[in-house]
Parts: sequence; C-alpha cells; structure tokens
Amino acid sequence: MHITPEEIVETLLMVQQQNLDIRTVTLGLSLRQCAHRDVAVASRNVYEHVARAAERLVPVTRAIEAEYGIPVVNRRISVTPIADLAAVCDSSDAVPFAEALDRAAREVGVDFIGGFSALVHKGIGEGGRRVIEAIPQAMATTERVCSSVNVATTRAGINMDAVLAMAHTVRATAEATADRDCIGCAKLVVFANMVEDNPFMAGAVHGSGEPDAVINVGISGPGVVRAIVSALAEDADLTAVAEAIKGTAFKITRAGELVAREAAKRLGVERGIVDLSLAPTPAEGDSVAEIIEAMGVGRCGGPGTTAALALLNDAVKKGGAMGTSSTGGLSGAFIPVSEDAGMIRAAESGALTLEKLEAMTAVCSVGLDMIAIPGDTTAETIAGVIADECAIGVVNSKTTAVRLIPAIGKDVGDRLSFGGLLGEAPVMPVNQWAGTIFARRGGRLPAPLQSLRN
Amino acid sequence: MRTPAILSVLGEDRVGIVASVSKVLAESHANIEDIRQSIIGGIFSMTMLVTVDEEQLPFEELQARLAVIAEEIGLQITLQREDVFRYMHRI
Repeated sequence: MHITPEEIVETLLMVQQQNLDIRTVTLGLSLRQCAHRDVAVASRNVYEHVARAAERLVPVTRAIEAEYGIPVVNRRISVTPIADLAAVCDSSDAVPFAEALDRAAREVGVDFIGGFSALVHKGIGEGGRRVIEAIPQAMATTERVCSSVNVATTRAGINMDAVLAMAHTVRATAEATADRDCIGCAKLVVFANMVEDNPFMAGAVHGSGEPDAVINVGISGPGVVRAIVSALAEDADLTAVAEAIKGTAFKITRAGELVAREAAKRLGVERGIVDLSLAPTPAEGDSVAEIIEAMGVGRCGGPGTTAALALLNDAVKKGGAMGTSSTGGLSGAFIPVSEDAGMIRAAESGALTLEKLEAMTAVCSVGLDMIAIPGDTTAETIAGVIADECAIGVVNSKTTAVRLIPAIGKDVGDRLSFGGLLGEAPVMPVNQWAGTIFARRGGRLPAPLQSLRN
Repeated sequence: MRTPAILSVLGEDRVGIVASVSKVLAESHANIEDIRQSIIGGIFSMTMLVTVDEEQLPFEELQARLAVIAEEIGLQITLQREDVFRYMHRI
C-alpha cells in the first residue's frame, strides 16, 4: 500500500475531530453579457444566467464531498460587480439586480451570492453611486446577497469621499435591518486593495480579469492547526511551531487543491485559485484565537498576540504555497470576531479591543471583521475607523477590509446574534475621540510613495 | 472506470467484521488490493486499499451499502477516493 495507515488515520482525525473542511467552493460568473439599458431586462438576464450556469454547483460539490470524505461547508457564487451593469441602465435604481441575484441564489441552493459591489477607489462613477445608494435597501430586502465596495488601493490612495459615503451606508444598512440584529451589515464589507478572485464572503466578486466562469476554493482548518500546536511540548521553540504549522497548512491546501481540480473538471469550467486561509467558525475548537492561545499567549489580544498572528499567517502562506500553484489573494488567517468562539471570549473579557484588532490586521488577512459597535456610533467615527484600516492596507500593499455592525439600540455589554456561520458578536467599545472635521474633509488621501514601483 | 479507494473500519472488536465487510465488497465488484489490520486494547482498526468498478456499481451506491453494514455491526466505516490521501501526504 502506497499510503500508510498512519496517514489514513491522520486524515480521518483531521476531519472528524479537528474540523478540517473546505470552507467554500465559489463559482465565479461573468455577468457582462447580461447588461441592458432596461433594468427589468438586465435583472431578468442576471437571474436566468446565474440560475442556469450554477445549476449543477450544489449537486457536484456534494458528490465530491461524499467521495473524498472532506466536508465542503459552503457553496457560493460571485458575480461581476453590479456597478458595471447598473451604469448601463436608464434607471438609477440598482435594487432589482440584488433581488434577481437573491432569487437565483435561492433557486440553485447557495447560501450567499457576492458581487453587489463597486470599485470606487479613485472616483465614484455613476454605476458605483447607484450601487452604494441601493445597498441599505438591497441588504434589507434580500437574504443571500453580499455587497462589497473598494474605496482604496495602494496605487490610487484612499478615496475619502467614498469612505464617508460608506460610513453613512453602513449606518443606514444597520438601521434598515435593526429588527434582525442589523444583519445587513454582516453582508457588507468595505475594502482597500480588494482582490478579484476572492472566494470568501462577504467580499467575493468576479473581477474583470477573470474568465467567464471559474471555480475558486477557500480552504480552512484552524482546528487542525490548533491541534498540531497544542500537541507540541511547551518548551518547543517558535521555529518548531512555525515548522509544524507549515506542514499542516500544506496538507490542508492539498485537500483544497484536489477539490478545486475535481469541481472545475466536473462542472466544465476553469480552475481558479485556492485561497489558503484559516477561517474560523463559531464551533468550539475551530478558532484562530485558540491557535494564538495554544502558542502560549494568555488570552488573544494580550501582548504577544500580533507576533503570534504574524508567525501563524506567514507559516500558513509558506506551507500553502507549496500545496498549490494558484494561490488566492487573501491567503492567511481571518480574524472575524463574531465567527470565532475564542475571539468572542477575548472581546468579552476585555483582552481584545478594537485597537488591538487593528494592529493585528497589519499582519493577517483582511481586517476588522464582524465587529459589533455601539448603535449610536456616528458615521464620522465609522469613517475614521475605515480610513485607519484602509491606511494599513494602502501603505503595506495588502488587502484590508472593514465589516462593522453598528448595533442599533444597543450598547457595550449587549450582543448581536446572527445564527449559523455568522455567529454572535458582543458589542465592543469604540474610541470616542474621532472628531468630525477629518472625516468630512473628503478628497483623496494620496497614494503612498511605495505605489511608484515602476 | 476503476477507482482506487481507501476503506477504513474502526470500532469495538468482534467476530465477523472482516467477513461482513469483504462480503459487501465482493458483491459490489470491488477488489481488495491490500489490507492492514490491528487490534489495540480491544479496538479494531482496519484499512483496505480497494478498487471500485464504477461501471458495475457507482461509488455512492457502494458507500450506501457500507453504511448499512456499519449500522448493522455497529462500527465506523468510511470509503474515500484514494487521491485525497495521496494529495495530502505526498509532494
């Protein structure tokens, strides 16, 4: 037998006890051929195209999951940023597009569809403006549609007009879904340096450089990494910790690579990227915070956290890069608060603050993710938080994002509960010294010197 | 199409486990290529390399038959396509 019994047992343990899973298989679809001046025709085109192209996504991935014995947790769809289609229409109302996407997602059985999106990092075009204006209503009236807006890049700098517009949009979205624990904001993310092959929600979009249909896979498995780190002796040095994480990341990525190949082959579409991320779930043991604590930091958020996260993120990338030649743009560790039992505990005990999370985002994937803040936080304060996070992304040439949830009618100590993978979030305090003048100045924060790379 | 697969069986030891499992495989036209088996502290553990003849019987149908046996004899039985192990553990 080429495969040893030990390897078989190891794989089974990873799945059965350590929550190894393929987090998401995402079908990226171009909607450019759906454009039409009449919004009713365009949105019907969108519905028909998505429903037909994604018809086999769920059954095919279910078969792969059963045959390989590795769970595929989510099947999702990403589409061309709707701003591209909205710009063509005679009508300024982009909500019908969201409704068409929602119907198509329900029809094919996926839980989320991403792409109610706009890229406005250098200026807000008509399509972008229409999408941004439609976001609060679109997030309130649809269940499965996710929205993202890119407001900054290293090359363009930070569009501060867009930052303030998105801060108001975040508040309006929270208010529009206040009766459902402000869930609209859990489906809305503001990006700097957005990647266009991202399989993870809420930020998944199908970028303009992509083929017409493509399979992108996001892998996960914080539980597996935590088990490996916990099994090390307390005096194992950090080089040994990094080495152990690297080896595990390789194995997890290979599983993702296999699923990506099979899914693309069976669906007859191109194979895109494998995103080597550690994405937590609310399930006990499936936590990035617990990996940091397993390394020996007393509680996630305490001194040492940023260094431990940097080590983790780097080791995941190094191990994963060997496992696939098509690495995705967000690879690393995600630190969403509501979706990670360890993060929730750390936030509730006061060990983890918004400021520490911001520091952590300098060394990990994405950014300030799924964080509930007091419902009376002003748009100017939210704009300040978004601008800070964008600055980290822009200056360090990395992707960062903000997914804040103003908890309307609630304050620090209260909780928002979304159920399922979105989990629940304790309302965290926000520094009250933001001021309003900075946020209202608008204009563009110029691109940093490191953007001049030619 | 002949698909290599790994079958693993885990649970409390008792008489007739190998017989029950191999009977299902034989009836399903799945060939046993290799077997490793051990009993440690009363826990029975077996891994088999089998080839599944999918023209005779689809993969998911064999999985369903094994699930029935697993239920009957009270053991955990998994059948997975072999590539997953080769991919995860080999460069």
